[in-house]
Amino acid sequence: MLRFLTRRLLSAVLVLFAVSVLSFLMFFALPRDPVTAMCPKNCNPARLERVRQELGLSDPLYQQYVGYMKGIFVGRDLSSALGGHCDAPCLGYSYVNSEPVTRTITRVLPVTLSIVLPAAVLWLALGVGLGMISALRRGTLLDRLAIGFSLAGASLQLYFVGAVLLLVFCYTLHVVPVPHYTSIWSNPLDWADGLVLPWVTLAFLFSAIYARLSRAQMLETLSEDFVRTARAKGLSKSTVYGRHALRAAITPIVTIAGMDVGAALGGTVVTETTFGLQGLGRTVWDAVREGDLPTLMATVLIAAVFVVVANILVDVLYAFIDPRVRLR
Amino acid sequence: MAPPVPEPDPAQSQPYLAVRDLTVRFDTEDGVVRAVNGVSFSVRPGRTLCVVGESGSGKSVASLAILGLHNPRRTRLSGQILVGGRDVVGLDEKQIRTMRGRSMAMIFQDPLSALHPYYTVGRQIVEAYRVHHPSAGKAEARRHAVAMLGRVGIPQPDRRFDRYPHEFSGGMRQRVMIAMALVNHPDLLIADEPTTALDVTVQAQILDLLADLQSEFNTAIVLITHDLGVVSQVAHDVLVMYGGRAVEQGTVEQVLRRPQHPYTWGLLASVPTLRGDPDADLTPISGSPPSMINLPAGCAFHPRCRYAGETEGRSTTEIPLLRPAGEPDHLVACHLSDADRARLREHEVTPTEVA
Repeated sequence: MLRFLTRRLLSAVLVLFAVSVLSFLMFFALPRDPVTAMCPKNCNPARLERVRQELGLSDPLYQQYVGYMKGIFVGRDLSSALGGHCDAPCLGYSYVNSEPVTRTITRVLPVTLSIVLPAAVLWLALGVGLGMISALRRGTLLDRLAIGFSLAGASLQLYFVGAVLLLVFCYTLHVVPVPHYTSIWSNPLDWADGLVLPWVTLAFLFSAIYARLSRAQMLETLSEDFVRTARAKGLSKSTVYGRHALRAAITPIVTIAGMDVGAALGGTVVTETTFGLQGLGRTVWDAVREGDLPTLMATVLIAAVFVVVANILVDVLYAFIDPRVRLR
Repeated sequence: MAPPVPEPDPAQSQPYLAVRDLTVRFDTEDGVVRAVNGVSFSVRPGRTLCVVGESGSGKSVASLAILGLHNPRRTRLSGQILVGGRDVVGLDEKQIRTMRGRSMAMIFQDPLSALHPYYTVGRQIVEAYRVHHPSAGKAEARRHAVAMLGRVGIPQPDRRFDRYPHEFSGGMRQRVMIAMALVNHPDLLIADEPTTALDVTVQAQILDLLADLQSEFNTAIVLITHDLGVVSQVAHDVLVMYGGRAVEQGTVEQVLRRPQHPYTWGLLASVPTLRGDPDADLTPISGSPPSMINLPAGCAFHPRCRYAGETEGRSTTEIPLLRPAGEPDHLVACHLSDADRARLREHEVTPTEVA
C-alpha cells in the first residue's frame, strides 16, 4: 500500500511539473507582450518598463520559471507591485485586479468548493440510488420513471434548468433566496440556503448520468456468477444486493465520480454565471476576457492540482474496494 | 425459521432428493423456452447421480430449479422437487432460503467468477456459516471455516483464510468453493460442471476430494457434466438429457457399458480413448442441439438420429416415453425396438473404452 501510494504521488508530481512548464510556456509564448497583458489599463511606457524590469521579463525563460515556482514554495520579492515581499504560496500579482493572485484565489476558491462538494454528494447519492433501485425493479413503472428522469437530466442544459429553477423557486414561489455565498464558518444555515439551488441543479443534471451508469453496472453485476453463489448460500436479498452486488457495481462509478468532481472543482463557469456567484470558474472566465495572465496561470495550475488529487484519491479508493489492484 | 429438514433415513432406502415430473419454462420475448420437460430422478444419501448432456439440454436449469434460483417472475415450474421430504416447488423465497446452503448446497463451474473477487475466502465461508448459525460468534465461525479449508486440502488454512480468491490457483479455488458449500454439512450437493474449468490432473484430485467428503458426510450428490470420463469416475447413477427430457437413465454400469439410446451412443463414440486405434477418427454427433423454443416434433433427437427412419414415422410425430430397457432401473426413451437397438449398438460403440 505504501509503495503504491509513493508511486502514485511521484507520478502526480511529474504531471504537475509538466503542466506548470507547459502553461508557463504557453502564456509567455503568446504573440501578446506579457507586460501589456498584465497591465492593460493606464499603462504609460515608463510604468511598462518598470513592470518588465521588476518581474524579470527580460531574463531567460527558465529563470522566470524558477522565479515563479520559487514564489509558490518559498515566496518572492514583488516590491514593484505589492511594495514588499509576497509570501508563499505566491502566485504572482494581478495588475487587472490590483491584488496578489493568491488573495483572489483564497476569496473565490471557497465559493467553488461550497458549490461543487455538497452537489457531488447529492448527485452521487441520488444517481447511484436511483440506478440501483431501477436495476432491482427492472421493467416496473419505477424503473421507467427513473429512466425518464435521467433522460431528461442528460439532455437538458445547465443554464436552462438553472434559469427555470431560479424563476420558479426563487422569483415566483420565493421558497429560496437569490443564490449568494456566505462562509460556512460564519453562518452555516445561510450558506446552505444561498447555495441550495445550484446544488439541486447540478445534482439533477449529473445524477442523470450516474443513474444510467449505475443501473447498467448493477444489471451486469446481478448476472455475475458470484451473485448466484451468494444466493445459493442462502443469504438474504438485502445482503446479496447490498454487500455482494453493490460493492462490485460501484467500482467503475468511483472512477468517474472522482474525475467529474476534480474537473468540476477546476471551474464551474456555467453554474457560477447562471447563479451569479463569484467562484473559480467566473474568475477564469474574467481572466480570459481581460487577458489577466497571472490569474489565468494560477487557475490552470489549481485546476490541474484538483484533477491530479482527485485521481490519486480514486486510485486509493479503488485499492480499498478492489483487492486485486493492490498487487499491481 | 422453517422447521428443520428431517434427517435422511439411516437405512438409505429413502432418496434424499426426489424430482418428479419437473417442468421448467421461461417466458421470453422470443417465446416460451421449454428448458426441462417432465424429468424425474432421485438420489439417495451417499450416492452420486451424474446428469449428462450437451449445453442447452436443460441439465443446469434443472439443478438451479432445485435450489429455486430462477427468477420467479419469468419462470414457470411444475412437478415436485422433494428435498428431504419437503417439496420446494412453490415455496416462497424466504422459506427456500433457509434450505439453501444448509440442506442443499451448490458448487459451480468457474470458481474464479463464482467467488466474490473483493472479499477474502475466509470471510465468504464465514458468511455462509453464520447465515445458518446466527448465534455463532465470529471466532467460532472462523474456527469452522478454517477447519473446513483444512478438510478440503488447503495447506496452512489458517493463513490462507485471509487471502483473496485471485491469490489461489484454479484447483485451490474450487476447493474453497467446496469448503464453502459443505461448511454447513448439507445433505445434498449439486455440482454444476465442477471440474470443467480445471486441468485434467487437478480435475482428478477434485473428484477424489468430492468422493472422499461424500463418504464422510454421506452427502447425496448431483453432478452435472458433459464429460463421460468424469461420469465413469464418480457416478453411481446416470441420467442422460436431451432437449430438456430424460432420454436414458440407469446405473453407471448400464448406461456406459450397455447404452440403449442412439444419443448416448453418439456421446460415447465422441470420447477419445487411450486404448483404441490411434488413427481412428472420433465420431461427433452430427447436427447441433435443438432450439429450446422450437423443439422438433416427436422425438427431439430425430433430426440428428441416424435411425430415425427405422421407426415407421413415429420419431417425427410421437414423443417417446421412458420405458424399461431390459434390466431393472434401466430406462430409455426411444422408438426403436429392443432387438433393433441391440443389433445397431454393435456397430455404434465399443462401450468398454470409457469406463
